[in-house]
Amino acid sequence: MNDYNFAYLDEQTKRMIRRAILKGLAIPGYQVPFASREMPMPYGWGTGGVQVSAAVLTPEDTFKVIDQGADDTTNAVSIRTFFQRTAGVATTTATRDATVIQTRHRIPEEPLTEGQILVYQVPIPEPLRFLEPRESETRKMHSLEEYGLMHVKLYEDISRHGHIATSYAYPVKVEGRYVMDPSPIPKFDNPKLGEMAAIQLFGAGREQRIYALPPYSQAVSLDFEDHPFEASKADHPCGMCGAVDSYLDELIVDDAGRRMFVCSDTDYCEARQAAGHKGKDAA
Amino acid sequence: MYVAVKGGERAIENAHAWLAEERRGNTDIAELSIAQIREQLSLAVNRVMAEGSLYDPDLAALAIKQARGDLIEAIFLIRAYRTTLPRFGASEPVDTGAMACNRRISATFKDLPGGQVLGPTFDYTHRLLDFKLAADGDPPKAPTRDAQLGDVPHVTEFLNREGLIEEATHDDTPPPDLTREPLEMPADRALRLQALTRADEGFTLGLAYSTQRGYGRNHAFVGELRIGSVPVEMEIPELGFAIEIGEVTLTECETVNQFTGSKTEPPQFTRGYGLVFGQTERKAISMALVDRALRWEELGEDNVGAPAQDAEFVLYHADNIQATGFLEHIKLPHYVDFQSELELVRKLRREAEAQQLQEAAE
Repeated sequence: MNDYNFAYLDEQTKRMIRRAILKGLAIPGYQVPFASREMPMPYGWGTGGVQVSAAVLTPEDTFKVIDQGADDTTNAVSIRTFFQRTAGVATTTATRDATVIQTRHRIPEEPLTEGQILVYQVPIPEPLRFLEPRESETRKMHSLEEYGLMHVKLYEDISRHGHIATSYAYPVKVEGRYVMDPSPIPKFDNPKLGEMAAIQLFGAGREQRIYALPPYSQAVSLDFEDHPFEASKADHPCGMCGAVDSYLDELIVDDAGRRMFVCSDTDYCEARQAAGHKGKDAA
Repeated sequence: MYVAVKGGERAIENAHAWLAEERRGNTDIAELSIAQIREQLSLAVNRVMAEGSLYDPDLAALAIKQARGDLIEAIFLIRAYRTTLPRFGASEPVDTGAMACNRRISATFKDLPGGQVLGPTFDYTHRLLDFKLAADGDPPKAPTRDAQLGDVPHVTEFLNREGLIEEATHDDTPPPDLTREPLEMPADRALRLQALTRADEGFTLGLAYSTQRGYGRNHAFVGELRIGSVPVEMEIPELGFAIEIGEVTLTECETVNQFTGSKTEPPQFTRGYGLVFGQTERKAISMALVDRALRWEELGEDNVGAPAQDAEFVLYHADNIQATGFLEHIKLPHYVDFQSELELVRKLRREAEAQQLQEAAE
């Protein structure tokens, strides 16, 4: 694929995206409009994340892509192959070896370190969207820091269900200012967002927005004093590696509907199995 | 025994190979050439060029072939290719008054300078399947006559002379570029028209139709519909003047709409405008109606809450590449989010059941 520039996008476009990223890092949690390009994969497949990755990748980088926590889901494979072909960068499945990690719907279990960049694919960047469909209105609400509607929604959840009925894409307040959508990660991952050593970049291609969390930013999940935020997961150990601290996928393993729970983060699970940990369903 | 799913890469490769085979179909049947698609499926080619925002009939034909005739997929291929092209500059505005028309009709005047030219239209065909087409055979030769030379004036110019129609204001400000800047609200008319000309034909048609049925009615007459080729000129910096670099076929529709006047304007006709690549008549008329509906604010009309009056609703949902991408992405894995919802629903049900039991006990 020599017909295309390094990492597919032309340098002018990458500069435009980098400017948006820098602005995003300067105003944590603020959604920066950017002139998203049409990419050779469909909107909804991670075009925002792909553009952000293309803008930050250098030839020396080692790239990892996960979807649902796994390196081998089809779209993760497809995006990894895309950058192998267009950027020729080294790729890895090991979280600690990667310098840039593009993710859809998860934060790796292993804590990230300084020097790493985590790129999120974002479908709907606007945390207020389902409360107010108009972009012109939600931008105003952010400028005026008018987040009452969000608290009312969470309160209504509690009064109806006894709990906040948001289990993923759980909103956070960044550095005491902007309310931010962390992308559809399970709320289990929310506590990892704040004080993270790595740079976190969020790209929404179709919605033409980029936002960011610089290292060690504060990101607090919205809650109430009497209903504190609670990160939750399936109440089981991993069937393969026995981990009790990782987010789990639920599998249906036979016609009788028997369930099995395994780590959604495949690298984490495999590393633990290689180190000799064994769950109850492991061979 | 559970084994972690591996081999996504091979599955993808195999799927692509199967797709290529399906695209080709039965190899006993002759393969379609790009030229055949370009020449014989030209209205499909036109739609792909219009919504792909790239005027190149051969590339559009290739995209249609590759997409197995799925036009939105073909438009997507063209858009993705278009993004990679360098931008040398902008052309001069094209002069549709100098269009070499092969179709030009007005629904408002029986006759007018330039005349009514039906051109190659389906309008008065009887929609009877032509079984002769199922066999081979060349069509009878169409009669010809000498082309009319010279400019064809726009119908609206005649109305304008009497002050019966709103003045189309001249504005030399370079229009914003939808493909280079993010779409932000409020969008001015130039930007709205840009979005509409590449908008999905079906969506635009549906919106336009809704205005006709009363959802933001603006009673449109097709003042004029013209299809033909116009020269494209571009100023070359080294030369210092504009030269012709090619020509494109366009469909232009100007509607004349009723307007009873407002606090500031006397009763007069108003305009809706559609301009689309290729012979794309349905789209151009739809575009003109939607354009007119979106102008309620500047004309001091009431917002009756019709979808076609809502610029944010129209512009954010008119692009079929965006729409189909987001719609279809819900077939991608969502195990993780679904798992978190499963846990939540189980928890809520447990609590609800416990509460019921407690109430029953009391």
